[in-house]
Amino acid sequence: MDAWASTSFNRLSGEQSRLHKEEKPVDVTVQNVARSFGTTAALHGVSLDIRAGELIALLGPSGSGKTTLLRILAGLDVPTSGRVLFDGDDALGLTVQERNVGLVFQSYALFRHMTVLENVGFGLRVRPRARRPSRSEIKRRSLELLELVQLSGLEKRYPTQLSGGQRQRVAFARALAIQPRVLLLDEPFGALDAKVRRDLRRWLREIHDRTGHTTVFVTHDQEEALELADRVVVLNNGKIEQVGTPDEIYDEPNSPFVFSFIGESSVLPVHVRNGQVWLEDRPLDLPAGTLRDGPGQLFLRPHDVDVVSKARNGISGIVTTVRRHGGSRRFELEIDQGREHIEVELPESERSLQSSVAVLPRRWRIYQ
Amino acid sequence: MAGISGLALKRPSVIPGFGLAFGFALTYLGLIVLIPLGAMVVKAASLGLAGFWDIVTNPRTVAALRLSFVTSLIAAGINAVFGVVIAWVLVRYRFPAKRLLDAFVDLPFALPTAVAGIALTAIYAPNGWIGSWLAPLGIKVAYTPLGILIALVFIGLPFVVRTVQPVLEEFDREIEEAAATLGARRDQTIFRVVLPALIPAILTGFALALARAVGEYGSVIFIAGNIPYVSEIAPLLIVIRLEEFGYAEATAIGTAMLLISFGLLVFVHVVQAWRRRRFGND
Amino acid sequence: MTNLSMAPVPAPAGRGTEVTTETRPVRALLIGIAVAFLALFLLLPLGAVFVEAFRVGASAYFDAISEPDALAAIRLTLIVAAIAVPTNLVFGLAAAWAIAKFEFRGKSLLNALIDLPFSVSPVIAGLIYVLLFGAQGYLGPYLQSHDIQIVFALPGIVLATIFVTVPFVARELVPLMQEQGTQDEEAALSLGASGWQTFFRVTLPNVRWALLYGVVLCNARAMGEFGAVSVVSGHIRGKTNTMPLHVEILYNEYNFAAAFAVASLLALLALFTLIVKATLEWRYAGQIAASRRH
Repeated sequence: MDAWASTSFNRLSGEQSRLHKEEKPVDVTVQNVARSFGTTAALHGVSLDIRAGELIALLGPSGSGKTTLLRILAGLDVPTSGRVLFDGDDALGLTVQERNVGLVFQSYALFRHMTVLENVGFGLRVRPRARRPSRSEIKRRSLELLELVQLSGLEKRYPTQLSGGQRQRVAFARALAIQPRVLLLDEPFGALDAKVRRDLRRWLREIHDRTGHTTVFVTHDQEEALELADRVVVLNNGKIEQVGTPDEIYDEPNSPFVFSFIGESSVLPVHVRNGQVWLEDRPLDLPAGTLRDGPGQLFLRPHDVDVVSKARNGISGIVTTVRRHGGSRRFELEIDQGREHIEVELPESERSLQSSVAVLPRRWRIYQ
Repeated sequence: MAGISGLALKRPSVIPGFGLAFGFALTYLGLIVLIPLGAMVVKAASLGLAGFWDIVTNPRTVAALRLSFVTSLIAAGINAVFGVVIAWVLVRYRFPAKRLLDAFVDLPFALPTAVAGIALTAIYAPNGWIGSWLAPLGIKVAYTPLGILIALVFIGLPFVVRTVQPVLEEFDREIEEAAATLGARRDQTIFRVVLPALIPAILTGFALALARAVGEYGSVIFIAGNIPYVSEIAPLLIVIRLEEFGYAEATAIGTAMLLISFGLLVFVHVVQAWRRRRFGND
Repeated sequence: MTNLSMAPVPAPAGRGTEVTTETRPVRALLIGIAVAFLALFLLLPLGAVFVEAFRVGASAYFDAISEPDALAAIRLTLIVAAIAVPTNLVFGLAAAWAIAKFEFRGKSLLNALIDLPFSVSPVIAGLIYVLLFGAQGYLGPYLQSHDIQIVFALPGIVLATIFVTVPFVARELVPLMQEQGTQDEEAALSLGASGWQTFFRVTLPNVRWALLYGVVLCNARAMGEFGAVSVVSGHIRGKTNTMPLHVEILYNEYNFAAAFAVASLLALLALFTLIVKATLEWRYAGQIAASRRH
């Protein structure tokens, strides 16, 4: 059913540029935005610069404030303090209706009593007469958008007669129809199954590259954020933990939260003494660099370790379990008489149970 | 019927008691409801089509049926409008004594119709609480079709409120937010997005209120005045015919009313089926 | 404080904003319309009953409700309800058991038939029994020859009352028991309980609040029914007059204060019914049928 995912978009590019030439993408600036509900704070002074045309992911666990921030950008929620600027102009003074932001809801929020075509054209039909296109123009534009989201032929259907992925695309076309200054997506693929999700991701990236909207999407799925976004904003407990490209976020996580939230990780308590990293009473062959003396936590990625000879100061442990993990094998190492456990991926030859093995991470971080 | 094979009445189950429960329920319904109703229809059929037609087209019968139907239609219409407002207010706003008011909506279900009838008459009679204010203005409520209308609004009030209320409660606020982000003003959102979604519930409530009103007797006869051709409702005419031992007339009018009720019942089922197809079950 | 008094109900998760509600004046207007409409059509008539009942004074009131004919009407009403309500309770349980716990042919038809009496005029409910059991009725000659009186006597009143109250218990139980499914019963049976044990110890406790809810509504209608009972009663004072019929007779005799005095007892019954109903809805919302949760 999802033949659309692999279809070429080339024949649409001409129409598309015409469709969106009237609105150029805007910069979005968030300055010290805080939001509290009663005594609980959902956002503590968040600041963020989003460049025009960027595709930004707000990534975080539930309750991190990412949806609150999205709703503030949309005008559905009002910050307790702080400012939001579109191209340098205050956006908070604008009502939702005036803000002209395209929001795609997680539940899609399609109008069930309207056909697909009526859903897409709704934003144009409710415009004040002076700005409202003619009926035929509304129909033409709606059909064009349905072609863009590859739903041509389904315009007379009702939302309940569509699959989840199709509804998602109707919601998307409906948001695009108002020629939004910013496009906001709340967990855009949250309700879809894994296969459809992957297809839609690529599709979204292609549409974004073609239409060039400043786009912000909320997700709790790191894979989605890392694959799709130009930059990822990691949120936790109402604060921004890190902003960066997917590579920066993955390779240089700047906090234990980001390291453990993004990708897989193992943690060991270590000590830094005299420029040396110590695991209990044994030094490790890891350069302490500028780390100051004191306790710290060593974060490493299971697939980023090498087996080292006993002669070197590695993390030595005993293999307690071996598990299949996709195309490789995962070993659980018991370290320091069972006080600590870490998971690592090792070559097959090292797999015998109860054998002792020493490893060193290729990439790692110590947070103090 | 999926899952029930061949000639079997029911799908096999480990739970006992089907025969007893089903047999009892069916016998009970048969004896209390179906056979007596069937007897009336058989009796009506024995009049022959011409005989039946003669009775129901008798001018007094026609006047009574028309009065019952037209006043019920208007009352159900009034209830549709105010019922939606009441449901809206009860679901969407917070205000003092809201729960009390919510509970009170069911009063017409709980208050015996005869009590409602005499109370409304006491209020709207020319010397009554409100009637005495209206009388100098030349407005007569009690003992006119207007009085019938008041009584029918009273007894039909809960139907629209109680069918719209749960639908409005389940209505996803995100849909209204979506309309707002697309640029719709609040009134546009309400009239183009929310109310259209409530239409099946409103229609259902309207039809239920209408069905109840057409057959209503107790609350109406005290306030109606019961003047033939003017303020005599169809159920009252049945009672009058019965008291005159005009069983044939009573049966024919009763059967005609039963047909109207069935029509409304079918209408409700069609609306519900349409709603499920169009809007899904949730 | 006034600000609080008509605040919009917040959207879930405390995320509500002004976006999904109306402006203050519109809210005030709509609340005003709703309250005025309910006050005019519901509160005023209810108030009128009590005011009119005490118009001539308290002693006249108590005389009216304690004179022999009134007491006879009260007794008859109680007797009728005491027969009709349990009968419909048993029917409701049987129908709900069959519909909710089994898949069978004609299930939706049976379900629809249960609601049938609601769409039949109460006058017709009386008429059909007259046609069946009256002197001119199908069974009239047989009953007369055996000296059995149904119409214009207690059995007719009971039958008409049962007819109009058939759906009350069943319509509360069927959706709830359908929602609850058969797992509890299957578990009990697999643990060795007998059919009746399963019913009394598992099924019945699961639906007790819905059952009470249905019984209370059924009772209100049984005691208050007017049209159907009026047709079959014969209006014999002190013998076949229920309370609503007694109200009618007093009213037609221009004995308004007495009519309203007896009516006030029925109004109290209505208030009691509403209180029980609202309490059950608030306290046991999850344990009465889905359609009633609001």
